[in-house]
Amino acid sequence: MELIVDGKRLDGRGFDELRPIKIEAGILNRADGSCYLEMGGNKVVAAVYGPREVHPKHLEDPSKAIIRYRYSMASFSVEERKRPGPDRRSIEISKVSREALEPVIMKELFPRSSIDIFVEVLQADAGSRTACLNAASVALIDAGVPMKGIVTSVAVAKVEGFLVLDPMKDEDYYGEADVPFAFLIRNGKIESITLLQMDGRLTVDELKSALELAKRGAMKIYKLQRDAILKRYVGEEVIE
Amino acid sequence: MNDILMEVRKDYVLSKLREGERIDGRSFDEMRSIEIKTGIIGKAEGSAYVKLGNTQVVVGVKMQIGEPFPDTPDQGIIITNAELVPLASPTFEPGPPDENAIELARVVDRGIRHSEAVDLKRLCVEEGEKVWMVFIDIWALDDDGNLMDASALAAIAALLNTTVPAERFEVGNDFPLPVRDLPIAVTSLVYGDWIMVDPCRDELSVGRNTITITTDQSDNVVSIQKSGPFLLSERAFEGVLDLSIRKAREVRGLLAEI
Repeated sequence: MELIVDGKRLDGRGFDELRPIKIEAGILNRADGSCYLEMGGNKVVAAVYGPREVHPKHLEDPSKAIIRYRYSMASFSVEERKRPGPDRRSIEISKVSREALEPVIMKELFPRSSIDIFVEVLQADAGSRTACLNAASVALIDAGVPMKGIVTSVAVAKVEGFLVLDPMKDEDYYGEADVPFAFLIRNGKIESITLLQMDGRLTVDELKSALELAKRGAMKIYKLQRDAILKRYVGEEVIE
Repeated sequence: MNDILMEVRKDYVLSKLREGERIDGRSFDEMRSIEIKTGIIGKAEGSAYVKLGNTQVVVGVKMQIGEPFPDTPDQGIIITNAELVPLASPTFEPGPPDENAIELARVVDRGIRHSEAVDLKRLCVEEGEKVWMVFIDIWALDDDGNLMDASALAAIAALLNTTVPAERFEVGNDFPLPVRDLPIAVTSLVYGDWIMVDPCRDELSVGRNTITITTDQSDNVVSIQKSGPFLLSERAFEGVLDLSIRKAREVRGLLAEI
């Protein structure tokens, strides 16, 4: 299968182009904060509950809030029906995603409480963990949870020898490597890496280039996350 | 009680760090001593025991014939599992694998899979019908930190030691498992600007903030996993890449000797 034709990708994108992204904050009533996000073929909903009392009680931490993150895929989100409930992949994604948000949330402000983040993938394309983190980040801000900055996530893949931003399904499946990143962005600048995984095969130089490509993509997503929050709290007219 | 001890240990590790030292006197890029034994379980198709400092782990490989995945009808299947049994640490509990065990197994699996260490095409018995399934089971015995590298090393050592039991399944003659690469995982503890390779358990009291980089024998990176709630600077990331490649070469040398 040819994935790059005349220097363009199968969906017509350039190597450093993102898929179309749509973000809407505050779409759920019961949750303290929420977000709907589309990133290419991904459609995800994120909800934040808390800070609230910890259940079960023994998980309480007297010095800070505990953070929980549940990544879950709807049974109808993929080609072949997925059995509902956590599988090994979801459990791992939940763990690394929680660890991507934890150092950014100011959890010391809420001892003995929990901040619960739930993300449901309604439709999955490639990069659903990055889409979910982007949505979770907006939902946390919508919930008014104090944070050191915003978390923005995007993946880079290697396809037919080229590094491409935000891979879609075929690029992920047939590509030579996949590197999901998430960054802490503070004051409009990328400050550090909060999520980093990789599988496939890359040289060290390719990895360094992948990081640069991901950073450029993340800055674009960050602006859209910001716009979604402004739209919810200040209204459309403020956004130029 | 445990919490207080952890705090004391943490203070000690940090006070040593401020003097530019590690608590066991190792340099920052020095791994603990490594011992590898293979073929220790007669009933398994392949097996290995690894002792990394005081961390001990056994990996057993069992094989059987099963159906291939529809998208890879001519390839064998690798299934990796890790059991963090309660004998190995007071913090491990009986029951199904928790997120730490799952992460451990999946990172080890990715190293083997993406380095294409096992030639899966040679594990096809009958295309679309029958292929060999390779079960890699990681059994932790003693967790003194960095079970990840010990498990990854034991896994590849066990695969090198594996004989495909074709005679027992009446599909031809036994043959050695075709292993064509040697993926090596190197885990470092990140604390601020400090990078400590192969952290022991006491060092992990400053926070279980690690990054695991697996490389193949051509120095390509085949798997990365940032694990733990911490902010990783770009500088630390680049530092850890070069360090991991250098260390992996050393460890790979040990595998050649077995």
